Amino acid sequence: MSGQVRCQDLLASLSDYVDGVLDEALCREIEAHMAACPNCRVVVDTLRKTIYLYHQMSKEPATLPSVVQERLYRMLHLDDYRKL
Amino acid sequence: MDEASVISLEALKQGDRQEFARLVDLYAGQVYRLALKMLNDPLDAEDVLQNTFLKALQSIDTFEGRSSLSTWLYRIAANEALMLLRRQRSEVSLGDSSSDDDHDDEYTPREFTDWCCLPEEEFLTAESRQALDDAIQKLPEKLRIVFVLRDIEGLSIEETSRVLGLSEAAVKTRLLRARLHLRNTLSFYFRERVAERKS
Repeated sequence: MSGQVRCQDLLASLSDYVDGVLDEALCREIEAHMAACPNCRVVVDTLRKTIYLYHQMSKEPATLPSVVQERLYRMLHLDDYRKL
Repeated sequence: MDEASVISLEALKQGDRQEFARLVDLYAGQVYRLALKMLNDPLDAEDVLQNTFLKALQSIDTFEGRSSLSTWLYRIAANEALMLLRRQRSEVSLGDSSSDDDHDDEYTPREFTDWCCLPEEEFLTAESRQALDDAIQKLPEKLRIVFVLRDIEGLSIEETSRVLGLSEAAVKTRLLRARLHLRNTLSFYFRERVAERKS
């Protein structure tokens, strides 16, 4: 524990902090805390990396396997409109 | 993509098959990915996909346009996926809901290895990608659905709250828990990769 922000307080604001939507004054408090608390610094960095990795995954096109698409169109009686 | 410029709600409501096919074209991939991330089984995901568009086709008349079509489809898909998970769980454990319990110790940070320093290619291996998928499956369902909608499908907090019928505060709380839970799981996995590189 160090500074005005405790580790537990930091945890509660973490999503907003890494999403960049946290109040500026609170950001400064968190950064001051992290400068003195290596574990919290690691938690923030690895949390940011975790979210980044999943965002990268989500950037891949969401495509349907062609057999799944074929069965879906058939079930909905839309075969005539299916783009191949 | 701006769906209003692509899909005509009026045509959908009039039973225009071609317009419904365009709706399927536009959103089937996202619905399937959501189902796959929630269920981790291609056959179950296909069931959810088919049921989602079947229900959409059957109830398009009642869609009032208060949300976007994509939010509406995500809501149907999320409900279908959660119902399937609950059905499977009750078949296996006769109503024991322990698999969806949300314990504080699952998201309280317990591992403090800094694995951000690993080279980028370490995160791109098939094994690492599998670890990312496996970590999602370890999330309790109520956290998993929030995480998939927000961080995989890219919905806003507001859209996620509309899809799930939750308050924005509840979505934010579950998202934080999901992210911390995943960080813990991945930290235990990548800690080994860091140790291997040091040895």
